[in-house]
Amino acid sequence: MLTSTINAFTSYLGSPLPPGNAGNQLWALIYVLIIFAGVAVVVLCMNWIERKALAHFQIRLGPMRVGPHGLLQPIADALKLMLKEDIIPDEADKLVFWVAPLIGLVAAFTVYTVIPFGPSQAVSDMNIGILFMLGVSSLGVLGIVTAGWASNSHYPLIGALRSSAQMVSYEVAMGLAVVSAILMTSLNRTGTGTLSMIGIVQAQQQQGIWFLFKFFPLGLIAFVIFAIAMVAETNRSPFDLAEAESELTAGFHTEYSGLRWSLFMLAEYAAMIAVSAIAVTLWLGGWLHPFPNALNGPAWEFIFSLFPGLTFGALALFAVIGTVRMPSHSFFRIQRAGLAVFALLLAFIALLLFVIAILGRNPDASIAARFREGIDYVYWFMLKVAIFMYLFIWYRATWPRYRFDQLMKVGWKVMLPISLGVLILTAIVGVFVS
Amino acid sequence: MVPITTLHYLVVAAALFVLGVVGVLTRRNVVIILMSIELILNAVNLNLVAFSRMWGNLHGQVFSIFIVVDAAAEAAVGLGILIAFFRNKETINVDEIDLLKW
Amino acid sequence: MNPALVIPALAHPSRMAAAFIDSAPNPAAPIATPWFFYGLAAAAVISGLLVITRRNAVHSALSLIVTLLSVAGLYLMLYAPFVAGVQIIVYAGGIMVLFLFVIMLVNIERVSKERQFNRIWPVGLLASCALLALFMSAIQKGKSLFLDRMVQLPEGTNTQQIAAALYGETGKMGQYTFAFEIASLLLLVAILGAVIMTKKKI
Repeated sequence: MLTSTINAFTSYLGSPLPPGNAGNQLWALIYVLIIFAGVAVVVLCMNWIERKALAHFQIRLGPMRVGPHGLLQPIADALKLMLKEDIIPDEADKLVFWVAPLIGLVAAFTVYTVIPFGPSQAVSDMNIGILFMLGVSSLGVLGIVTAGWASNSHYPLIGALRSSAQMVSYEVAMGLAVVSAILMTSLNRTGTGTLSMIGIVQAQQQQGIWFLFKFFPLGLIAFVIFAIAMVAETNRSPFDLAEAESELTAGFHTEYSGLRWSLFMLAEYAAMIAVSAIAVTLWLGGWLHPFPNALNGPAWEFIFSLFPGLTFGALALFAVIGTVRMPSHSFFRIQRAGLAVFALLLAFIALLLFVIAILGRNPDASIAARFREGIDYVYWFMLKVAIFMYLFIWYRATWPRYRFDQLMKVGWKVMLPISLGVLILTAIVGVFVS
Repeated sequence: MVPITTLHYLVVAAALFVLGVVGVLTRRNVVIILMSIELILNAVNLNLVAFSRMWGNLHGQVFSIFIVVDAAAEAAVGLGILIAFFRNKETINVDEIDLLKW
Repeated sequence: MNPALVIPALAHPSRMAAAFIDSAPNPAAPIATPWFFYGLAAAAVISGLLVITRRNAVHSALSLIVTLLSVAGLYLMLYAPFVAGVQIIVYAGGIMVLFLFVIMLVNIERVSKERQFNRIWPVGLLASCALLALFMSAIQKGKSLFLDRMVQLPEGTNTQQIAAALYGETGKMGQYTFAFEIASLLLLVAILGAVIMTKKKI
C-alpha cells in the first residue's frame, strides 16, 4: 500500500502531461487540494488588498487596527461571518435559498480544473477546455438568479432579473471575442486549431507571439472586448447593477447573511480570478515569461527565474519599511513586532525561492530544476492574473455605475458588432496569411 | 455487472422522451410545456449520440449539435410568443389560449 | 458499417494523428464504470419527473438543469465531449437562464395556486403510456439491430473531427457545411421573430 502510493507519487514527477491526462489520480487530487486552498487564501488576501487599495484611492487608511496595517482583518471578518446568525426569511423558498450560494460556488471552483498554471501544472487538460470554462462559469449566474428569486423580496428579484439579462447579453460578445482568439490557434502548418487551454498557450509559444499582439490591432480589440465583458460577467463595478448597493440595497444577496453571504463573496472573487485566468491564457501567453522566443537560453532563464524571489524580497522590504516607520509609542509595540515577523516570513520565502532558482539553474531532470521550472510557470501566470485583479479594484474605485439601458445598449449595439467585425477580419487575415 | 450498451442509453432516452410527452399533454403552464419540449429534444439527442458511438462515426454528434441550435431557436421564439401573450391576456395557461383574435 | 458514412478524417487514422497538434499519448483507461451510467441516468430521469410534476415553475427549471447536466455527463460517457460542452454552454448557461428570466417576468404567484393539469390529463397520460409501451416493444423486438459493441471513439480529437464534418477540411466543403449555414439562417429568423413579438413598438 505504502510503496504503491510512493510509486504513484514519484512516477508522475517529470511527466510532461497534466496529472488528469497522465492518468495519475493521486497527483490530480493533490493539485485539486492545492488549488482550492490556494484560491481560498488568495480570496482572503484580495479582501485585504481591495479594502486597502480602495482606501488609498480615496486618501484614507483603510483597516489599520486588526494586526499591523490591518493584515489580520480578513481573518477577523471571516470569523465574524462564520459566527453570525444565519437568517432565512420566513417567506423564502427554503430549499432554493439554501442551494443558491452553493451553485455559484461550485460553478466558480469547477472552472479551476482546466486552468493551466503550467504545461503540466493543471488538474486536467481537456480537449474542450475553453468551452468547458465558458460553459461552467456561465452557470454561476444561475446561483445569482435563484438566490434573488428564492429571497421572495422585491430588490433581490430585480437584482436577479438584471443579472440574468446582463449575463446573457455580455456572454455573446465574450464568446465571439474568445472565438477570434481560438481562430488564431489554427494558424499553423496543419491548419488545425485547439480548444485545450494548454494547447492555446503552446500555440502562442509556437507562433512566437502573444495573441494580444497578433494581427495588430485585431487581437488587441478582441482582448479589450473580453476584458470589458468579463467585468460584466462577474458583476463587478461599473457593471454591478445586480448588487448595486445604492439602488437595490445589495441586490440579489439582500436577504443573505452570515456564512451564506460569505459564500457569495467567495464565489464572486473565485470567478474573478477564473475569468482573469481565461484572459491571460488566451491573449497574454499564460505561463510564458515575457519574450520567450527572443530571450531564451540558460542565462535568460536564470535571470527570469530570479523574479519570484525578487518579488517576495520587495514585499519583505515594504514590510521592513513599514516596521521602521511605525510610531515609536509603546501602544504600537505588538503591532511592530507582528509586522517584523511578517517581514521575516516574506524574506524567508524570498530566500527559499532564490535558493531553488540557484540550485535548479541547470535544466536537467533533477528535482530542484523541475521545482524551479514549476515555480517559474506558476509565478508568471499568477503575476498576469494579479494585474487583472488590480484592474478590477481600479475600475471599482474609478468609474460610476452604468444605468441599465446604457448597459444593454453598450452590450448589444457596441460590443456585439465590434466583436463580430473582429472575428470576420481575423478570419480573412488568417486566410490570407496562411 | 452488465457492461453498458446502446440499449441502456435507448431505455433512458425513451424514459426522458415519454416524460416530456406527458408534460406536454397534461400541464397547463406554457413555460413547463416548453421545458418538456426541451426534455424531448434531449432524449432525441441522447439517442443520436449513442448511435454515433455504436457506429463509430460522428454523424449523430453533428446532428445533435443541429438539434441544440434548433432548441435554442425554439426556446427564444416560444418564450417571445409567451411574453407577447402574457402582455395581452395576463395568463400563461395553455387551455385559456382559445381565441384566434381578441 | 457502410464505409461511405464514415467521415474522411476518421477513415485515415494517420492523417488524423498528424492533424492533432498537441497529441497526447493514450491516457489511462476511462474510469467511468457502469455505476456512473446508472447514477447519471437515475438523476436524469428523476429530475425529469420533477420537471413535469412541480407546481412551481422555478423548481421545474432547476430540475431541468439537473437533467441537462446529467445528460451532459452521459455524453461524456459516450466519448462526445464537444456535444457535452455545447450542452452545458447553450442549454444550461443560455436557454435555462432565458427560461428563468421569463418565469420571473410573468406573474407566477397566481398560477401556482391554480389547477396544474388540464382537463384531459387522463387521456394524455394514457397516450404517453401507450407511447412508452411502443418504445419498449420496439427496443425489445429490435434488440438484434442494436449492436452490442461500443466503438472507442478517439476522445482527444473529437472537436477537430466535428469541425472537419461541419466545415470540411482545408480546401473542400464539409458534408454538413450547407446544413450549418441553414442553421445560422434559422437562428437569424428566430432572433427577428423574438424581437418582433416581444417589442411593444418597433
